[in-house]
Amino acid sequence: MNWILRNLDEILELTLVHLALSVPAIILSFVLAVPIGWVAHRYAWSRGILLTLCGLLYAIPSLALLIVLPALTGQSLRSPANLVVALTLYGLAVIVRTAADAFDAVDPDVRQSATAVGYAAWGRFWGVELPLAGPVLLAGLRVVIVSTVSLVTVGAVIGVQSLGSLFTDGFQRGIAGEIWAGLIMTVVLALALDGLAVLGGRLLLPWARGGRRRPRLVAPDPTLQAAEAR
Amino acid sequence: MIEFHSVSKQYPDGTLAVREVSLQVPPRQTTVLVGSSGSGKTTLLRMVNRMVDPSAGRVTIDGDDVAGTDAVKLRRGIGYVMQNSGLLPHRTVAANIATVPLLRGWKRHDARERALELMDTVGLDRSLADRYPGQLSGGQQQRVGVARGLAVDPNILLMDEPFGAVDPLVRRELQEELLRLQRELGKTVLFVTHDIDEAFLLGDRVVILREGGEIVQIGTPAEILASPADGFVADFVGADRGRRALHVQEVDGRSLVVDADGRPAGVLAR
Ligand SMILES: Nc1ncnc2c1ncn2[C@@H]1O[C@H](COP(=O)(O)OP(=O)(O)O)[C@@H](O)[C@H]1O
Ligand SMILES: [Mg+2]
Repeated sequence: MNWILRNLDEILELTLVHLALSVPAIILSFVLAVPIGWVAHRYAWSRGILLTLCGLLYAIPSLALLIVLPALTGQSLRSPANLVVALTLYGLAVIVRTAADAFDAVDPDVRQSATAVGYAAWGRFWGVELPLAGPVLLAGLRVVIVSTVSLVTVGAVIGVQSLGSLFTDGFQRGIAGEIWAGLIMTVVLALALDGLAVLGGRLLLPWARGGRRRPRLVAPDPTLQAAEAR
Repeated sequence: MIEFHSVSKQYPDGTLAVREVSLQVPPRQTTVLVGSSGSGKTTLLRMVNRMVDPSAGRVTIDGDDVAGTDAVKLRRGIGYVMQNSGLLPHRTVAANIATVPLLRGWKRHDARERALELMDTVGLDRSLADRYPGQLSGGQQQRVGVARGLAVDPNILLMDEPFGAVDPLVRRELQEELLRLQRELGKTVLFVTHDIDEAFLLGDRVVILREGGEIVQIGTPAEILASPADGFVADFVGADRGRRALHVQEVDGRSLVVDADGRPAGVLAR
């Protein structure tokens, strides 16, 4: 406890560094996963290949990936960019399948009727398919947020500073308070970002609340029927 | 006028959905395609706005082959209403109705005004404008679908079993509403249904299709009831049975019309 109180500044700074590493990776994996997921949804032949490849990424041990990546990207081992690239790949592994499912979940009737009233392919993607895939994409994003924030800590092992540094340092010096601080702040950060995502979803997907995505056909709601009878 | 010139459609999996259909759909009338499920009605309807391209034959609108038009532009000029309304669940009622005006680049304000106007036209309370489709009853959703189809005042309205999924009472109400609208607006309506009663109620002309996408008979409801082309049609329209088999019975000096069960259906007017 004393350690924590004496080192609040450092904890706060590491939290911000941790945030700066997580957010770009989360956004990148989401932004990349959407088109990959769409292609997997749209072209049946590509689905197996894409989903398997992305899934396999997750099987690569994180330390090995962090050490091999610099050879491919030209970044130095300890650079934040190296870690962000690795985290993005893991994020992809987590969310691509969900992204494909999200587009699968768009009601084909709605897609067809959008085409029938004159949406061109591009406009239909942005105006209809993407928003309707939104609720499932959001669910995937939330998993990526939590897993990325937690994975950032691994970087500490190769010397990329983050809240994970509190684990490694705490272990070496035998300070339980330091380990606890790292653990708690990681969880707090994950919960905070998750909360932001949920909030963003409420704002962007107001229609999805209550989880009723398919319009009902016959309303059992007597007030609505009364309104209609007027 | 919409014309089908011996069109056929074979889907990639080999299904022959429509076979050598020739048909003229006269302007400002309601033409109903009726047949059991799988008789190619939807396929035929979708050839008009190029959702389906025929494998053989041509579809023309006022003499122009639709194959030569830009599909997206064509669709923005033809009203389309389908079963389960096909509304965009993430857009409000007003935004749904304004879909095509907005696609055509209308100003937001004008498009919304138009949407509110159309809500009056189809008998929807304006207070529903900012609800989402999921918050409406099935009947209300179909009204929104009809309003959306009418939004840019198209000459042609394609309707694919638009009232198929609502309960019978509401369906009846929507059918009456469509008859009223059609008297006021005089669109060229091509309407698809599997319900022969609906076809006879709404159609100025009725086209009966058979499995495999072949036309069996075309005519006014009266013509078809009076002289069914063959046993299939007679059976399909129920000409010889049920409540269509009516008899006249003299009761107290008046001529009552009674159905097959002897229940009175009405009184003969003199
Ligand atoms: N996209 C498609 N691919 C393959 N077969 C289809 C497709 N759409 C319709 N069909 C088949 O074509 C036939 C006619 O279908 P459809 O035009 O939908 O008939 P209806 O609207 O009268 O029920 C059916 O046998 C149906 O299974
Ligand atoms: Mg059909």
